[in-house]
Amino acid sequence: MVEPILSVRDLVTYFRPEEGVVRAVDGASFDLHAGRTLGIVGESGCGKSVTARSILRIVERPGRVEGGEILLRRADGRVVDLAKLDDKSQEMRNIRGGAIGYIFQEPMSSLSAFHTVGNQIIEAIRLHRKLTAKEARERAIELLQLVGIPQPQQRVDSYSFELSGGLRQRVMIALALAAEPGILIADEPTTALDVTTQAQILELIRRLQAERHLAVILITHDMGVIAEMADSVAVMYLGKIVESGPVDAIFHAPRHPYTQALLRSIPSVLAAPRSRLATIAGSIPHPYARPPGCPYYPRCHSFMAGVCDKSTPPVNRIDAAHEVRCFLYGAATETAA
Amino acid sequence: MSGAVADQAVPLVTAAEEKIAIASQLQLTWWRLRRHRLAVASGVLVILFYLVAVFADFLAITSPHATNSARSYIPPQTIHWFDEDGSFKPHVYALKGRRDMRTFKLVYAPDPSDKRYLAWFVEGYGYELFGLIATKRHLLGIDRGVPEDALFLLGTDQLGRDVWSRLMLATRTSLTIGLVGVALSLFLGVLLGGISGLYGGAIDTVIQRIIEVLRSIPTIPLWMGLAAALPNDWSVIQVYMAITVIISLIGWTELARVVRGRFLALREEDFVTAAELAGASRLRIIFRHMVPSFMSHIIAAISLALPAMIISETTLSFLGLGLRPPAISWGVLLQDAQDIQALALAPWLLVVAVPVIVVILAFNFLGDGLRDAADPYG
Amino acid sequence: MIAYIVRRLILALLTIWAISVVTFVIIQLPPGDFVDAYIVQLSASGSVVRFEEAQALRQLYGLDQPVWVQYGKWIIRVVQGDFGASMEWNRPVTEVIGDRLWMTIVISFAAIIITWGIALPIGIYSAVRQYSFADYIFTFVGFVGIAVPNFLLALIIMYFGFKLFDLNIGGLFSSDYQLAPWSWGKVWDLMKHLPLPAVILALAGTAQLIRIMRANLLDELRRPYVTTARARGLVEWRAVMKYPVRAALNPFASTIGYLLPFVVSGSIVISLVLSLPTVGPLLLRALLAQDMFLAGTIVLLLGILTVIGTFISDLILMWIDPRIRAGMHE
Repeated sequence: MVEPILSVRDLVTYFRPEEGVVRAVDGASFDLHAGRTLGIVGESGCGKSVTARSILRIVERPGRVEGGEILLRRADGRVVDLAKLDDKSQEMRNIRGGAIGYIFQEPMSSLSAFHTVGNQIIEAIRLHRKLTAKEARERAIELLQLVGIPQPQQRVDSYSFELSGGLRQRVMIALALAAEPGILIADEPTTALDVTTQAQILELIRRLQAERHLAVILITHDMGVIAEMADSVAVMYLGKIVESGPVDAIFHAPRHPYTQALLRSIPSVLAAPRSRLATIAGSIPHPYARPPGCPYYPRCHSFMAGVCDKSTPPVNRIDAAHEVRCFLYGAATETAA
Repeated sequence: MSGAVADQAVPLVTAAEEKIAIASQLQLTWWRLRRHRLAVASGVLVILFYLVAVFADFLAITSPHATNSARSYIPPQTIHWFDEDGSFKPHVYALKGRRDMRTFKLVYAPDPSDKRYLAWFVEGYGYELFGLIATKRHLLGIDRGVPEDALFLLGTDQLGRDVWSRLMLATRTSLTIGLVGVALSLFLGVLLGGISGLYGGAIDTVIQRIIEVLRSIPTIPLWMGLAAALPNDWSVIQVYMAITVIISLIGWTELARVVRGRFLALREEDFVTAAELAGASRLRIIFRHMVPSFMSHIIAAISLALPAMIISETTLSFLGLGLRPPAISWGVLLQDAQDIQALALAPWLLVVAVPVIVVILAFNFLGDGLRDAADPYG
Repeated sequence: MIAYIVRRLILALLTIWAISVVTFVIIQLPPGDFVDAYIVQLSASGSVVRFEEAQALRQLYGLDQPVWVQYGKWIIRVVQGDFGASMEWNRPVTEVIGDRLWMTIVISFAAIIITWGIALPIGIYSAVRQYSFADYIFTFVGFVGIAVPNFLLALIIMYFGFKLFDLNIGGLFSSDYQLAPWSWGKVWDLMKHLPLPAVILALAGTAQLIRIMRANLLDELRRPYVTTARARGLVEWRAVMKYPVRAALNPFASTIGYLLPFVVSGSIVISLVLSLPTVGPLLLRALLAQDMFLAGTIVLLLGILTVIGTFISDLILMWIDPRIRAGMHE
């Protein structure tokens, strides 16, 4: 098997405000391969964005990466553990933007209104490449062209508020790719956009991925986007990855009750007219009041009293690539039943 | 292609949350304020100061207007807490004044053989408590003998008036002028701000422009000009009212801004829309739904406007354009401390600065805490 | 953008007009007209004014006509640069004011520069290191700055200067230069005396601006574009200085609109305490003597200067905000 370009092992990121501890990411593990797309899916607040930000070590205070490994294979073959790096170090800064590009959810508020888009792209280029101002500007225009912005020579001097939502997101992508990183993290890249634009942006990401052999982490709450884009999927619930595997396995043979519930909640054109959309019972528990044992048991239809609420379920392997964190698929099942 | 996961969280309602859910805006503000310790302490301090204002005459020792050239510029007296036999008997020494033949200044020497014991609830000059009950009782005084003669906690001014007693009465004047001024400003501010926020359109534009114009004029020279025009033969009360009006004429703009802002924000709120859809009348919506929900904002704005009023009065009186003697206010007292010669001779006159600074600080802390409590996200 | 400038200009003219009306009211307010006061003054010095003479004077100043005509006559004279005569000094008002107006401008300007110079770095520091020890200290000092009226501060500093260092802090010139004509030496002398009153004047405004800058920057620091800047590998301080500070600078710069009237007001009062040769002491004296043309002119000129200052700052603000330039906001 090919070595992954990025391998996250037991990542732990906690927020410690005065009121208590929020276990935003609590032991997440996954691998990312060059040229492939990993989809991370889950409800709002499940920790998927924090996972992505942990990789770049840009989690805001009072959040902090407190454990685990984030192994990044650099272009020269070296493997660096990002979790161990000082988040202010030169190396970490080189990796941000240089090795890993990041696309944010809100293209409007993620760009400065006081600087032209060109200014921000040129800054990103010159942070990582030794180019003159003029060369960097040429490069910025090329990038804008690459992401499909019409009249890039003029747009380079535009402000973000002068662009439409779709164009802004394209600028964000150009910004993320400015220093030609090998990994692209797209954090809900289409949530703020209308449906047509969504499709265009996803198409663009797919095209760039193919052209540049990018490894992409796609974060979304939208199972449809996952089905369309991802090669493999990690389903997150309350800071833990509850199931992961190839996209086909997840969609056609989901094992974890949560994954199954997620898939049921997708509206289908084949469903009977006027039938109710399936929803997941209950809601995500309050971050300070995380249930003991399996975090999903209060909402789970396969809840086994005395098992699920007592201890954390282990990772159970279905096959080489498919893993699920649930008592239903392990040795514990027999004793409980 | 979309299949978004249900996003809305339906929180489990606990008893505590239930209590929060049905609390009024004012109650919520109060709960949040209680956690703000500095603001609460400042609030207590402000209440204490207003108690001083209410009981000013009671707290005074000698008549604040009684002049006596024989006791000009007496420095603050030292209180001796224990008698020679070690018993707790606070007393001061009587003063012997003598004119220095070189400088012609009065110098005072305490006479340890002539002790004057402090006592509670002694009789002094007559006044009316709460403006109703005629009495001669004062909190503190000298046990026997003529009280006017020998207790000057904060010394005397040039005319021999007791600074402590004057300070008590000045506190009353300065703190109440703030209240009256704020009441006037509040009336103007709520009226114009409310109209502006409620009707919007051209009326709003006109009122906003007026506010902008008023705010861009330097206030002090304007106040000075207006205050100087007050006739000299007006009584203390007339001048007091006129000064209050002059100060509030410009002070209302900030309150109007707050009220307008709240009205504009509330118009868009769901509960107002809900009330409208339920068929509530406009007046009912304003007074039953909107005003209660920004009462706390107004209270916060008031507690920030009060110190500004107090500073204005103090400044004007200090310049000799506000209240004039025989009125007593902090500004009037500070006027005595205006020139360096007087200060060099009697630095204790500067003691007035202490309550001014303390009260204004307390109001600011309180107002800030209130504003945070009223609008934690604003 | 043109529309923005025009609107600001109209507002400025409107404000100046309002100030002129208020000024006229101030001139008119004292009981009796200016000729009465003039007569009283002359008779005090022993000379007698005949009735016809008084009538002639009244006619000259249009005092026998309705108020709005008087206002019209007055404003026309003002526009031509004739502000009337000071009764007390018996000279044209402009002559009496002389350098003092410029001194007021110099000291106000210095105070604003100091205000910004102190408030900007401290505000940034307090926001970036929120709830640090230094933040608490600055916040507290800021509150004290707001709470102490600046005349009181001037008074206290003056007292301690006298008491501890036996210094007479006051004035803007040493005695050698007091009456000397302008020269480089005199300018240098002014520079030496300027900082103390300017700092006293600046303190209250500084405290407010620190709070404004801190609050604005705290808002901006939470915005996603800061995270974006970090995510492309920017050094932390550069990510803060280039983006959120830049964004917070705009509302900060717009505070000059109220800072200026505030500082001009303050300069009047502390000039009296520190006996600075600004229009402050002159205004007080004119008002106490009911020398209304002099007092009115000072109020009018101060108002107009403030409005012009605010207008210029509006233009600068427009120039630095791309959103206004693009015609997005007002």
